[in-house]
Amino acid sequence: MTRDEALFEYLLRLGDNTLILGHRVSEWCGHAPVLEEDIALANTALDLIGQTQLWLGLAGEVEGKGRDADTLAFLRDAWDFRNLLLVEVPNGDFGRTLMRQFLFDAFHSILLGKLMKSSEPRVAEIAEKASKEVSYHLERSADTVVGLGDGTGESHARMQAALDYLWPYVGEMFTGDEVDAEMADAGIAPDPASLREEYDALVGKVLAEATLEIPDSQFAHKGGKTGSMHTEHLGHLLTQMQWLQRAYPGASW
Amino acid sequence: MKNEWPLWEVFIRGQHGLSHRHVGSLHAPDAEMAIKNARDVYTRRNEGVSIWVVKAADIAASSPSDKGPLYEPSQSKVYRHPTFFDIPEDVGAM
Repeated sequence: MTRDEALFEYLLRLGDNTLILGHRVSEWCGHAPVLEEDIALANTALDLIGQTQLWLGLAGEVEGKGRDADTLAFLRDAWDFRNLLLVEVPNGDFGRTLMRQFLFDAFHSILLGKLMKSSEPRVAEIAEKASKEVSYHLERSADTVVGLGDGTGESHARMQAALDYLWPYVGEMFTGDEVDAEMADAGIAPDPASLREEYDALVGKVLAEATLEIPDSQFAHKGGKTGSMHTEHLGHLLTQMQWLQRAYPGASW
Repeated sequence: MKNEWPLWEVFIRGQHGLSHRHVGSLHAPDAEMAIKNARDVYTRRNEGVSIWVVKAADIAASSPSDKGPLYEPSQSKVYRHPTFFDIPEDVGAM
């Protein structure tokens, strides 16, 4: 694998995380429990889709085969996606959506902080822009997790159930392969395992404040970032997200 | 109604404005979330550099039915308006 091939793979991972999570969060548009949350979630989704355009745009450039961000987003099939399994699981209730958001935001903000110092200036530039948006996402999702976790009996139970369901998807963030090794060697991106300590400290602090208990298990679902095995949910998501471009190729407005 | 979040009035200082201006209201469980919600609801298009929120219940307001005694007396007192001075041309619009 050449450095550019590894960089292409790595950029797909960044762009697919934001694309798939952005789409998932956008599913709340018009359905959130209160108007204010509805708008806030839509803003978050739009931020993520905006970041996707940058990451996948750069990926297409690095690949050099004439594919742009739209082509990569709408004309790849499930096995070509490189997002974490965490971001493709269904929204569940509002609590689970916000728990997933928090678990991802914490990882995202730590990762972007490192990517801002990337030896690849185009990566550093996108990370810098995205990190401002993501700092806010994290502030907001952490606050909500604390509010609901340390809220009523009902909200606490739902948040604990959400954490129990989602925790097995956290480990994949910190697994590495030859793509990550190549990126770390080149100083383009950090070794994923090196982010774990900071993540555990941040997430542990917020979840303790939320009076929630982290499951005592190291089991981790894998296969999203390598593309080797996505959950059955990704295909369903793509049929909706890609339908228009598949049915009317090249359609635009 | 007890299950509803309290109502907050939102004041935003615009990019070029001098003082905070009332822009609307929203619901939020506490002041911190009210500021976050205000950020998401009212500053999506770069409208603000500073946000104030205040619980609507904490605002003391004049009563519309008092408008006669409160405001009408000033209408007949033209001498309260500084309209009787000659302003030099150089000063321009005041």
